[in-house]
Amino acid sequence: MPGLLAVFRKEMADNFASRRFLIMFALIMLAGLSATYTAAQSIRSSVSESDPWGFVFLRLFTVSSGTLPSFVAFVGFLGPLVGLAMGFDAINGEYARGTLSRVLSNPIYRDSVINGKFLAGVATITTMLVAIALVLAGLGLRMIGIPPTPDEIYRLVFFLFIAVIYVAFWMSLAILFSILFRQSATSALAGIAFWIFFTFFISMIAATLAQALFPVNQQDPQTLVDNTNFAMAVARISPMTLYQETATTILDPSTRAFGLVKLTELIGMVASPLPLGQSLLVVWPQLVALVSETLICFGISYARFMRQEIRA
Amino acid sequence: MDERSRIAIETVDLTKKYGELTAVNKLNLRISEGEIFGLLGPNGAGKTTTILMLLGLTEPTSGKARVFGHDSTREPLAVKRIVGYLPDNVGFYEDLTARENLLYTADLNGIPKNVALPRIDELLLRVGLLDVADKEVGKFSRGMRQRLGIADVLVKQPRVVILDEPTLGIDPDGVKQMLDLIVQMSKQDRITVLLSSHLLHQVQQICNRVGIFVKGRMVAEGTIEMLGLQIMGGEPMVVEVETSPVTDELVADLQKLPGVSSVERVNGTLLLHCFKDVRGDIARTVVGSGSSLTQLRLRGHVLEEIYLRYFRES
Repeated sequence: MPGLLAVFRKEMADNFASRRFLIMFALIMLAGLSATYTAAQSIRSSVSESDPWGFVFLRLFTVSSGTLPSFVAFVGFLGPLVGLAMGFDAINGEYARGTLSRVLSNPIYRDSVINGKFLAGVATITTMLVAIALVLAGLGLRMIGIPPTPDEIYRLVFFLFIAVIYVAFWMSLAILFSILFRQSATSALAGIAFWIFFTFFISMIAATLAQALFPVNQQDPQTLVDNTNFAMAVARISPMTLYQETATTILDPSTRAFGLVKLTELIGMVASPLPLGQSLLVVWPQLVALVSETLICFGISYARFMRQEIRA
Repeated sequence: MDERSRIAIETVDLTKKYGELTAVNKLNLRISEGEIFGLLGPNGAGKTTTILMLLGLTEPTSGKARVFGHDSTREPLAVKRIVGYLPDNVGFYEDLTARENLLYTADLNGIPKNVALPRIDELLLRVGLLDVADKEVGKFSRGMRQRLGIADVLVKQPRVVILDEPTLGIDPDGVKQMLDLIVQMSKQDRITVLLSSHLLHQVQQICNRVGIFVKGRMVAEGTIEMLGLQIMGGEPMVVEVETSPVTDELVADLQKLPGVSSVERVNGTLLLHCFKDVRGDIARTVVGSGSSLTQLRLRGHVLEEIYLRYFRES
């Protein structure tokens, strides 16, 4: 596609050279370092107590020691900010600088601009997360001295894949806002508003809606089930919920289900950790939802951008 | 390939409507290869919209726009390969150097780096920015940016260059440089230039032909002389002559010249009302009589007067 590589190369170069990227990178790196360091310290105590299955390596990323959240939680919390920071002035910034007409007067398809930016963003996010994960893995390994099993490595790779999609969702949302709004301040604020809503308010709203539509009746346990299921379904609109459920399932092989588990389901259950394939099956719907939310945002952005009239 | 000039830019009943508002109304334009054509008109006349349609950046409501035979809407890439566009308020990436900005343009045009680098150096030298090639564009002045814009436009070695208000906001020295660069493009590189502006004096200096745009319609088109004749049609031309000394004999001689209807004396200047352009004869008569000719000026053909008149009439 004419122009795609050129835009991609330039955007990548811009991303890595920008102060914005450096700040984001430093932020996640510091968060990760502190989380992993404290996790490694407390890992000895946590392993001996709870389940004897091991998976020590993965605990480096999932264990939260008291005050500090785990690396997974940090990514869940800060990842959106990274995504928003990368995309919020993608298109309206070009208008503001007066570069868009000039760039588009060259023999490239208009798609190339938006595709190139998106791909460069995803590539940057991937590089950043993989680099940080490797550093943290190295640090953790050095501290606990137990090498990972192949299953753990695959799970970690999958986790990174999910984290990239998660951050990419926020980036595509930010790009959408940068196309809808002329001012980058507006698109940044819209992105942050969405983030606050989906991070902090969604659980409250889910609970309230569930209470309104499926009130819990102490006599009838079925109402409790309906209530919980509905609340969880609403909460799953939020990409943060999707990420959390997916990440914990992938990184913690003992996770089998979410929400209420009936006693009848527990009878005959083989008490062992799930293999990777089964873990994936558990969260397949969440993964699909996350990917599709990202693609929907990108699709709307694409459609809008292609129809805009470019006037310097 | 025949030797005659080909049509570089052509529009056929080109129209653009935004809801009720007609921005461009059945425009018929023909620009030959190698010309410098000026699009004159006030703000909001439809010049930029026309340019955007020619480049394929906006879709016309009806009609056709063609550049060297390529339809702008159907073959936008083909058009963009041969047309360079310098928008008004041209923007560059402020954090990148001049050279890096031009390299990006070269990359977008699929020009390999080993070809692009020497070409960029040559262009930067030509526009006088070679010494600041590695400086960030954020530090450039407006005049420097405009010149960089010219270099940018020439990176792809276009056959047509479209300039939207290229001299706006530039100091007189910079304006002269810009106009020289534009003329050089036309003469040296044989590039067809379409220039849109409302700064008439400058347009007058370099354009072969002009088209006057008012409210989406082109109300007049042609060489400046032709336009003058059109507007004056019927009304006599006025030639201002300053000579010394002014003798009655000279006045009588001038009166007798074919093409001169009357001679008026105003404060030491002679105003000759003519219905033909006989400036050559006037000059010869004055000099032949022994007087010295200090000024000979054709009044009423200044573009501004033409422009204002059309404006008033429409």
